[in-house]
Amino acid sequence: MIEFERVSKRYAEGHDALREVSVTIEKDDMVFLTGHSGAGKSTLMRLIMLMERPTRGRVSVDGVDLSRVGRARIPAHRRNIGVVFQNHQLLFDRPVFDNVALPLLIAGYDHREVGRRVRASLDKVGLLSKERAMPITLSGGEQQRVGIARAVVGRPKILLADEPTGNLDPALSAEIMALFEAFNQVGVTVLIASHDLALISRLHHRILTLREGQLVGGEGH
Amino acid sequence: MSSRANNRREGAVQSTTSFSDRYKSWLQHHRLSAADSLSRVIDNPLSSLMTWLVVGIALALPVGLSVALDNAREVSSRLDSTARLSLFMADKTTAGDAAAYADALAERDDIADVVFLSRDDALTEFSQLSGFSDVLDSLDDNPLPHVILVEPASTDADDIAVLQAQVQADAQVAQAVLDMAWLQRLNRLMELSRRLVQALGALLLLGVVLILGNTIRLAIENRRDEIVITKLIGASNGFVRRPFLYTGLWFGVGGGVIAALLVAIALWFVDGPVQALASSYGSDFQLGGLGLMNSLNLVFFGGLLGLAGAWLAVSRHLGDIEPR
Ligand SMILES: Nc1ncnc2c1ncn2[C@@H]1O[C@H](COP(=O)(O)OP(=O)(O)OP(=O)(O)O)[C@@H](O)[C@H]1O
Ligand SMILES: [Mg+2]
Repeated sequence: MIEFERVSKRYAEGHDALREVSVTIEKDDMVFLTGHSGAGKSTLMRLIMLMERPTRGRVSVDGVDLSRVGRARIPAHRRNIGVVFQNHQLLFDRPVFDNVALPLLIAGYDHREVGRRVRASLDKVGLLSKERAMPITLSGGEQQRVGIARAVVGRPKILLADEPTGNLDPALSAEIMALFEAFNQVGVTVLIASHDLALISRLHHRILTLREGQLVGGEGH
Repeated sequence: MSSRANNRREGAVQSTTSFSDRYKSWLQHHRLSAADSLSRVIDNPLSSLMTWLVVGIALALPVGLSVALDNAREVSSRLDSTARLSLFMADKTTAGDAAAYADALAERDDIADVVFLSRDDALTEFSQLSGFSDVLDSLDDNPLPHVILVEPASTDADDIAVLQAQVQADAQVAQAVLDMAWLQRLNRLMELSRRLVQALGALLLLGVVLILGNTIRLAIENRRDEIVITKLIGASNGFVRRPFLYTGLWFGVGGGVIAALLVAIALWFVDGPVQALASSYGSDFQLGGLGLMNSLNLVFFGGLLGLAGAWLAVSRHLGDIEPR
């Protein structure tokens, strides 16, 4: 589903964020990505959703070589990927409902369908009662869960999550991970970046480890 | 769609939705964007009113001036525009000679009509028209010459000039004056004014587009985070652009409405004095306004300008905002 072939990413400042990364993530897989801060986890995810282009090497998603996806087709590519961002990226002037509904609006769903799906999605993350609340009135963990609800509401083929449990207590973290497992169970390919080694090693999924931009564990397949 | 709602592959449905579904959702987003943009415009009544006023005044100026010019043209078209030559006889020409000369002129093919006005007739008429009868009565001598009013057969300016030169050459005639000249001058003046108004209008239109472009640029800047987020989630450029185009449209339409109102108010303001002036000349002249159609056109045109300004801003600035 996601394939990296000797991918390197050097930012304009000359810093090598990724070096010769080769990895294949199969369809229906659930994979953790770990490593120190600055190891290149977010960079790897940004390459998948075409926020960045690799300096060298090739990234393909669902059999499509991303170097062939031009600017005009980036939106369609991103609509197939649900993303939970490290810093939430919520619209702070819109209520929770509107935030979660955004991907459906972009994809052009009928408004009744939007209401139904948004509530189902909010229900899954335990925020149904907050649908009218403004994000600013929510705790960090609740905001994170709104981000998760938004990422899954469009039922994407791929789910990327960058530190999805960063702000959550252990119980809630475990609950959120179970939620990701449930999505994976119904056929979503899941890639989660996390520092929380204790939590992810308990879950028995493949773990990729990055160190200074190089894959040092879990590479290949 | 809902029957497949539980199908886990529905993520792929987006690419297979039928054309009519896509059209419906496109319409839906237009409705949403239009409503959302309008509510944003209304939620900031003061700054929106400012923009509307600026646009309205910039549109009302050239439109109001051209309405004024239309009225002036209406007035000038009511003036008798038949060219007439006034032949002022030489002092030594007697009334008999002048009358005979007038008869001779009447025979000519290039002259349609001749009216002879002896100096006595002229004095009477002048004292009646001018109200200076007392002054004129007190004069010992009649200062007026005999006058022959000649209406040329041709309306062509060159033909009339030839005729004017010919009669001017005759010994009996002191001066042949073309009465048309002032009307032509008026018309040329009005043509010049029209050009000036057009130039002013073009400049102001450019100004409106730039002002609206700048307003939309600020709106884009204010919603930068939102644009980045929606692009991250897969919004197309069209999707991101739409609300801003509507914002431009609303500013332009509002400006058009203000402009139409300003022109109507200005006309109402001068209508009383114009009526009084017209009736003092015994005229039933009515001040022409914009009319409903033209007012609607103005609103429509304002909307177009708004769209143009928004398009300018959106195409210059939206592309720069990419998720980082
Ligand atoms: N836009 C950028 N421009 C320049 N350098 C960048 C940029 N983004 C990231 N980097 C650098 O690339 C390296 C990898 O960054 P990245 O964000 O991928 O790390 P990370 O593993 O996600 O870290 P964290 O756990 O702190 O989120 C870092 O050293 C960072 O300074
Ligand atoms: Mg990161």
